[in-house]
Amino acid sequence: MTLSRNLGLGLAFLALALMYALPAIAPRAIVQDLFGILTLLVLAMNWNMLAGFAGLVSVGQQAFVGIGAYAMFAAIILLGLDPLLGVLIGGLAAAAFSIPMAFFAFRLNGAYFAIGTWVVADIARLAISQWKALGGGTGTSLPKGTARDMAFVDQIKEMLDVSSAAAADALTYWLMLTLAVAMLAASYLFLRSRMGLGLQAIRDNENAARSVGVDPVKLKALVFLLTAFGTGLCGALAFIQITRVTPDAAFSVIDWTAFVIFITVIGGIGTLPGPIVGVVVFYALQRALADYGTIYLIVLGCLGIAVMLFARRGLWGLFTDRTGIDLLPLTHRPPQPAARHPKAPRAA
Amino acid sequence: MILIDTLAQGLLLGGLYALFAAGLSLVFGIMRLVNLAHGDLIILGAYLILTLTTLTGLHPFLSVLLAAPLMFALGWLLQTHLLNRVLGTDILPPLLVTFGLSVVIQNGLLEAFTADSRKLSAGSIEAQSLDLGIVTLGVMPLLTFASAVAVVFALNLLFYRTALGRAFRATSDDATTAQLMGIRPQRIFAMATGIALVVATIAALYLGTRANFDPSIGPARLLYAFEAVIIGGLGSLWGTLAGGIVIGMAQAIGASINPEWQILSGHVAFVLVLLIRPRGLFPRAND
Repeated sequence: MTLSRNLGLGLAFLALALMYALPAIAPRAIVQDLFGILTLLVLAMNWNMLAGFAGLVSVGQQAFVGIGAYAMFAAIILLGLDPLLGVLIGGLAAAAFSIPMAFFAFRLNGAYFAIGTWVVADIARLAISQWKALGGGTGTSLPKGTARDMAFVDQIKEMLDVSSAAAADALTYWLMLTLAVAMLAASYLFLRSRMGLGLQAIRDNENAARSVGVDPVKLKALVFLLTAFGTGLCGALAFIQITRVTPDAAFSVIDWTAFVIFITVIGGIGTLPGPIVGVVVFYALQRALADYGTIYLIVLGCLGIAVMLFARRGLWGLFTDRTGIDLLPLTHRPPQPAARHPKAPRAA
Repeated sequence: MILIDTLAQGLLLGGLYALFAAGLSLVFGIMRLVNLAHGDLIILGAYLILTLTTLTGLHPFLSVLLAAPLMFALGWLLQTHLLNRVLGTDILPPLLVTFGLSVVIQNGLLEAFTADSRKLSAGSIEAQSLDLGIVTLGVMPLLTFASAVAVVFALNLLFYRTALGRAFRATSDDATTAQLMGIRPQRIFAMATGIALVVATIAALYLGTRANFDPSIGPARLLYAFEAVIIGGLGSLWGTLAGGIVIGMAQAIGASINPEWQILSGHVAFVLVLLIRPRGLFPRAND
């Protein structure tokens, strides 16, 4: 068990090192592809924290992607700031938006919460469509050369000896990869902490958790705020790569929430490696069925339904149950009994 | 004058939203199931009516009579084979299963009927209007509103005057105790979903004759319908009609100020009502 775990972690580190080295060794198209996958992964990890651990089934995550993207565009176009600073502003804007959104949505329970967040996201989309300085309903593009003028692009260009555009791709890719790693590490540390334990206790039995002094609303609000920040950062970074923003694309419920929900569910909701497994399956399906139009969406939908019917904790949960291997375990062992209270010898 | 006209149009639009919402409200009230595929099932109904109209040459209003039993059977099968297996205290599985269903139906329709806009043709009635002195109203919108009232009235009769309705209410209040009295919740649920899809077929008829539809418009319709259900309050069908009217009126007033504000003002009305009354206007059942 420990051996397999160490082996697993070793392999994971090797894979990570390889992924960081990728822009130096692989063609640009692969870097761009992986950037797309990492975007979905970061979004899925955020949604997993919300729905899988905090019990907040939000269908309004596209609000934070869209607001992150638009705040980044505003920082570049209206304020003339560096895109990387714009990304940070995007994350902060999304987090700021999550506060009034939480005041409304937290009054609603369960299914009402899902619909309420969806409506709020649609309000954000329609309101941003009225922002004429950023193109209104038809959207706007980043000024030409924005990506090339980003901080650090020149250094990367020299280091890798590539074109400016490829260097900008490498930079956004590294940032997204770092965001994914940071998100995974932060989730793990948070869930292993006292607060994370409280969160899982609420998920398992809210009344019992309350009775030992856990404050559900406070913890859930904290997770809502932090995931809004993560989702906003991710959305802003994604739209540097896309370079063009429209309200419909930035607030797309399909692209930024539906796919993300399927990825998390298929991989394993409420498990940390679940979104990673899910995003790999999603990408493989998309690739394998690329020539058949929207068939992959139908397959994805059926797969999601099958997982909910037969394996609630997704492919990763299935794998853990069968093999006993859990790379990022969140379970806590009860304290060992002290030596002077030896276990009662078993009869027979 | 213009204000009265706007309000009248909003009222009639609310009737359409109430029709979208009535089936949803029934299912939501009885089994707390949030059917995220309801909008797509309405669009499926519209395509079914279109296909039957093309095949048989019947008028859409007659094709509905053929489509309704088919949709009832679909609802029954969906509930017995899929949804009953995921209903429980955890709201996540049914939510995600219906979400999956929504994507499957939407893309299935896209494969079968392409993304082209379609319309059900109801003939000359579409262009007719009634002059009421103060305002002039279209016959189709009036018919839509009348149907919404009739559907809600019929569902209420079913709910409060029949044995099946008693079983619906008993299961809604306490499924375990209802089971002790010889009610099989699973069959009651299947009945409810079947009836909900019959109502969805009626909604599909008016959706399809009123405007163009294509496979992708389901989720937006679902959102309006849900707003109507939630504003109206859990389990109250007249509340759902009132909720639909609130959304319709708000949209009409918003649109009369600025056409771009139509949907936005509907959403804002929804948020305002929930801020004041988190359980909606006329809640019957407890969450």
